[in-house]
Amino acid sequence: MNAIPTAEGAPSRSWTVRLRRRIQRTVPEGQWLPDRQPTYVRSWIYVFGVATLAALVCVLASGIILTIKGSAWWHVSSVGHFVNSLHLWSVELFFAFMVIHLWGKFFMAAWRGRRALTWITGAVAFVGSIGTAFTGYLTQSNFDSQWISTQAKDGLNSVGIGAFFNVLNPAQMLLWHIVLLPLIVGFLVVAHLILVRRHGVVPPIDALPPEAEAEPVADEAALRQPHEMLPHKMPQPQEIEKPGAVR
Amino acid sequence: MWPSVLFAASPLSGRSHYLHWGVIQISLTNFVIIVAMVVIFVLALVVPFPHGRSQDDERDSDR
Repeated sequence: MNAIPTAEGAPSRSWTVRLRRRIQRTVPEGQWLPDRQPTYVRSWIYVFGVATLAALVCVLASGIILTIKGSAWWHVSSVGHFVNSLHLWSVELFFAFMVIHLWGKFFMAAWRGRRALTWITGAVAFVGSIGTAFTGYLTQSNFDSQWISTQAKDGLNSVGIGAFFNVLNPAQMLLWHIVLLPLIVGFLVVAHLILVRRHGVVPPIDALPPEAEAEPVADEAALRQPHEMLPHKMPQPQEIEKPGAVR
Repeated sequence: MWPSVLFAASPLSGRSHYLHWGVIQISLTNFVIIVAMVVIFVLALVVPFPHGRSQDDERDSDR
């Protein structure tokens, strides 16, 4: 029987110790909320990822209020109209920011440098968001949602999913919209953020030749220079794991 | 065309206008939104980002 050691790095049977070490290995402490970024991050195109996240927070907050108050409230109350509109326009901005973020990352080839899973989780989250927005339109409980559902049913039936995804069933669409799809999208967004923090933001293409991506960063002192002087090269997480490392 | 674009973009326009290019059909409102997104994307690439605090400023504030 092994005792729980106090020294870091020693084997442990404690699940909390093992979980803590797993978290530290996944995203080292200095990378969670970094206060420095490489100089190429000083561009507006890098803003749209966090703008998407901010819009998602507004979507979730307004959606929670709509869930608490119910459809009668958002149809007849002036405050309900406002929160309903807030929910709609948050979604519009969420998609606009996400698509611009997607364009930027596509033209940066953001899957470089072991970032394939970051790209994939973002792309799947985008597809999941489309489904969430679609079920949201079906949840409005007005003539618009009736029109959309009757138009959509033929298309969905033609691809064979109408049997278990019935857009004419408002209760099913409501639960998909407020429970199932938010859970899926939420999980993907969290995974996406963890991967972004783990691997860092992707450098511009001209700043990092492909053959240099696999090379380890030997000069840690260079990485500790002020961010204005940082080389256009992102270290991999296993190469720098000390707290406060410049990422 | 541009007066109709401006009209469609106004929130009080009750009518929907559609653009047709062969098999492609898109509402004028959606077209305006897509064009605006492309413009924002290009601006994000070319507009310089405002400079934040320098390292010296951070060191001074920490003291």
